[in-house]
Amino acid sequence: MKNMAMKELDNEIIKERSKSIRTKGRQSQPIQCEADSVAGCVSQRACVYCGARVVLNPITDAVHLVHGPIGCASYTWDIRGSLSSGSDLYRYSFSTDLREEDIIFGGEKKLARCIDELVERYHPGLLLVYATCIVGVIGDDLGAVCKAASLRHKIDIIPVESAGFSGNKSDGYRAACDVLLRMIASEEAVPKKDNCLNYLGDFNLAGEAWIIKSYLNEIGIHVNVAITGDSTYDTLLEAPSASLNIVQCAGSMGYMGKRMEQIYGMPCMNISFLGLEDTMDSLRRISSFFDNYFISSRAEALIKREYELYAPVVESCRARLQDKKAAIFVGGGFKAISLIKQFRELGMEVVMVGTQTGREEEYDTIHQMVTDGTVVLDDANPSELETFMLEQGADLLVGGVKERPLAFKLGIAFIDHNHERKHPLSGFIGAANFAQEVYATVCSPVWRYLNLDGI
Amino acid sequence: MLDCTPKEITKRSGGLINPAKTCQPLGAMYASLGIHGCLPHSHGSQGCSAYHRAHLTRHFREPVMASTSSFTEGASVFGGASNLKTAINNVFTIYNPDVMAVHTTCLSETIGDDVATIVKTAEVPEGKVIIHANTPSYQGSHVSGFSNMTRAMVHYLAEADEENKKSQINIIPGFVNPGDMREIKRLADLMGLSSIMFPDTSGVMDAPLTGHFDMYPRGGTTVKQLRDTGNSSLTLALGSYASADAAHLLEKKCRVPALVLRTPIGVKATDEFIMAMRQHSIKEVPYELELERGQLVDIMTDVHYHFHGKKVAIFGDPDIVIALTEFMLSLGMKPIHALTGTPDSTIGGPQGSFEREVKGMLEQADLQGQVKAGADLFTLHQWIKNEPVDLLIGTTYGKYIARAEDVPLVRVGFPILDRAVHSYLPIAGYKGAMRLLEMIDNALLERIERDCTDEDLELVM
Ligand code: SF4
Ligand code: SF4
Repeated sequence: MKNMAMKELDNEIIKERSKSIRTKGRQSQPIQCEADSVAGCVSQRACVYCGARVVLNPITDAVHLVHGPIGCASYTWDIRGSLSSGSDLYRYSFSTDLREEDIIFGGEKKLARCIDELVERYHPGLLLVYATCIVGVIGDDLGAVCKAASLRHKIDIIPVESAGFSGNKSDGYRAACDVLLRMIASEEAVPKKDNCLNYLGDFNLAGEAWIIKSYLNEIGIHVNVAITGDSTYDTLLEAPSASLNIVQCAGSMGYMGKRMEQIYGMPCMNISFLGLEDTMDSLRRISSFFDNYFISSRAEALIKREYELYAPVVESCRARLQDKKAAIFVGGGFKAISLIKQFRELGMEVVMVGTQTGREEEYDTIHQMVTDGTVVLDDANPSELETFMLEQGADLLVGGVKERPLAFKLGIAFIDHNHERKHPLSGFIGAANFAQEVYATVCSPVWRYLNLDGI
Repeated sequence: MLDCTPKEITKRSGGLINPAKTCQPLGAMYASLGIHGCLPHSHGSQGCSAYHRAHLTRHFREPVMASTSSFTEGASVFGGASNLKTAINNVFTIYNPDVMAVHTTCLSETIGDDVATIVKTAEVPEGKVIIHANTPSYQGSHVSGFSNMTRAMVHYLAEADEENKKSQINIIPGFVNPGDMREIKRLADLMGLSSIMFPDTSGVMDAPLTGHFDMYPRGGTTVKQLRDTGNSSLTLALGSYASADAAHLLEKKCRVPALVLRTPIGVKATDEFIMAMRQHSIKEVPYELELERGQLVDIMTDVHYHFHGKKVAIFGDPDIVIALTEFMLSLGMKPIHALTGTPDSTIGGPQGSFEREVKGMLEQADLQGQVKAGADLFTLHQWIKNEPVDLLIGTTYGKYIARAEDVPLVRVGFPILDRAVHSYLPIAGYKGAMRLLEMIDNALLERIERDCTDEDLELVM
C-alpha cells in the first residue's frame, strides 16, 4: 500500500489529481484548485452546511435549527470549541429530524411547528434554520416558512442556504456571511463609534477572541463585536457602527469584509494574530490606521511587554526544534500561510503544504514562501498525505481531526489547528502555546517506543 | 450553567433536541470496516462521508477511510448514477480494495438512485466484489445502518455450497467495540468452537501503531469467510436491533438456523451466550470460563451493597441499553430511566422491542420506570430533573446532563469522544462485566468521597 499516491499519479483516469499537486522548483504551471473532488476519491473535504455552520455556530444566544435528517445535526453538536461568556443555547443540538413521511409529504409543517415550539421555549432574538441536502430536493420553501414564522413571532428567523451538494465548505462560509449581512442590514444610518473596530473571522476557539480583545482594549481600541466568536444577536446588529473591519480568517470572512466595504464604506484590513511576528505587525498596522499617538504608544508598550514575556518561551522551544520538518494540511490557504511563518519562527522547515479549499492567490503566495522541493497540494487524500509526509521526512503534521490518527500511525507528531485545539493559539501567548504544543508532540518520548528493539 | 432544559415537561410535536442517535450511513460505514480489505463508499455528497469518518475517528482514534460519490448540483438534479459508475471505476483502480461497500445517503435515496442495478451492472475487476445497502437516515438510526450493511454481506456473499453444514458457527456481534468483538471470539474459542464473526472490526479499528499506514489493516472478516457463513450450522445474532436481520436472512437464504440473543453484557446475558454455544459444542464449559464466571460472581457479592437500591439512568443504543438494564437489575440497582434514540419501528424496517423488553424487566423486578425508544437527551434530562438518579450510564453526550444535575457518568456505548482506551477493552463477557463493575463502583465511591465530610472519610469501603 505504501505507494498508493504515486500509483495514483501514474493512473490515466486520475491524471486529473496530478494537476492539484506541485513540487516547488520542478513544475511551473499553477496549481489546480477550487475544483470539485473526483467521484470515488477519499476526500478530506467537508460540505456547504459544514462551512456555514462553523461560521454561524458561535452566535451564542441563537437557536441553531438544522432542517434535515438527524445526522447533519448530530455531527455538529458542540464539536467546535468556541467559548461563550454568556448564553449556552448554541451548544444544544436542534433538528427537525425529518422522517420518511416528511420526505414524502414535505417538511414545511414540521419545520414551522418546531420553530414555534423553540421560540416559545427559549424566546431567542435570532433563530437560524440550516438547509441540508434533501431540503431542496423535497421542495420545502425554507424562505417562506421562515418569513411567516418571523412575522408570527416578531423575531429574526433566517434561512441559511447550506444544502451540502451545492459546493464545498467555502460556499458555506459565503452563505453564512450572506446571512450575517442580511441580519445587520438596517434602514436607518447607524451612528459611528470612536476608535472602534469589528474583529472578523475569529470564532473564539479556546477563548482566542478574548485575548485579542484584551490587547486592543488595552491600547485604546474598542472591539465592537467579534464575528462570530462569542457574539450575540444584539452585539452583531451593532456591526455597522465600527469604523474598521479587521479580518483574521480571510478564507471564511474575507468576503464579509469586502461586502461591508461596499455597503457601508467600512475599510477592511487583513491581519493575523498567529505567531509573534504577525501579531506585532498586525497590532502596529491597526494602530496606525487610527493615527492616534496614544494608541500607537500604548501598542508599542504592549508589544514590548508581551514580547519580552513570551519570546523566550518560543526561543527555548526553537532551540530544540531547529531543523525539524513540518507538514501542513489545513482548511484554508490563509491559515497555511500563517503557519509557514510560524514554523519559521521555530526554526523548522516546511516540507509539505496542503489545504482543502485554498484559492489561487493563496497558493501563489505559498509557492513563493516555501523552499525548493516543498510539495504543495490541493484537496489531498490520505494516501497522498502519507506518501508525501514519508517522502519528505516530516516530523510533524498540522491538521484536523481526520488527519490526526493518520499521522500517528506513521509515527509522526501532530497538532490540531482546527476545532479541537485545546489551547488558544492567537496572540503572543498563543505563539508560546503553539511552540510548546509543537515541542510537546515532536519531542515526546512516546515516539521512542515505536519498535520492539528500540529503533 | 450549561443547562437549557426546563424541568417542566411540555408537549412536543416533532423534531429532536440533543439526539441520542445518529444517521444510518455511519453504522453502515462501521460495519463495512469489519470486512477485511474493504473500502466503504458513501453514495451522496462529500460532506456526509467527511462527517461520518470524522465521527468514527473521534470515537476510535483511528484513521477511517471511505470514498464518496461527491455529488454536486448536477447529480442532485439528474441522479447520481454516473457519479457512482465513475466512483466504482476509480475506487478499484486507485485504492484497490477487495470489497467496495456502497451505502446510500439521504440525498441519493431521495433522488431515487437505483443503486442495486448500478452495482449489478458495474464492471468489477476479477476477484473483487461490490456490495451495497440502502441507508436513508430518515429511517432508523446508525444501528439500523449497521444492521442493513451486515445484512448486505449475507445478501451478496453468503453461499451454501457444501452438501453438509460444517460444525462452525457464525457470530454477529452487533454495533460494539473491537475490544468486545475480540472478547466474544475468545469466548467461542474457549468453548472449542470454530467461528466466523462478521462484521469484525478487531484488528481494523484497534490496529497497532507500526510506523506505516495500512489502508487495509490485517483484521476484518475475509470475503472467503463471508461466503462460507452459508455453510455454518448456526448463527448467533447478538443484539436483536443490530444483528437479527442478517441472521434471519442467512436462515432464509442458506438454511443456517438463527438464534437471536442479547448482547452478552453482564452475567446473565453472557451465561445465555455460553449456554447457546455449549449446546452446539461437544466440549463442556472449560475450567477457564468457570473460573472467570466464579470470579465475577465473587466480585458481585463482595460489593453488592455499594450498588443496592441506587437509582440509575441508562441511555444509548437499544441492544446495549437492554443488556445493561438487565445487568444493573442483577446488582440490585434501580434503572428507573431507560432511553434509546433508535426508533422502535420504521416503515418497512424491523419492529423493535426495546420498550417491551425493558418494561418487562422492570415489571419483573417490581420497579416503576420511564422507558422510551426514539427519544432524545432533552427528554432524558427532563426525566432526571423530575426524578433524580445516583448514576448515569451512557455515551459522551451524557456529560451535559451529568454536569447540570451533578450525577456521575459512566461512559459506555457509542460514541465516546472524550475518553480513550474504551474501544480496546471489553464490556462483553465475564471479563467485560468485571470491567463494568469496576467502572461503576469507582464512580459511585469517588462521588461519596468527593462529597463526604472529613469525619466521614473512610479508609476501608
Ligand atoms: S444527509 Fe443524511 S446521510 Fe448525510 S449526514 Fe445528514 S443525515 Fe446523515
Ligand atoms: S446531507 Fe448535505 S448538508 Fe448534510 S452533511 Fe451531507 S453533504 Fe452536508
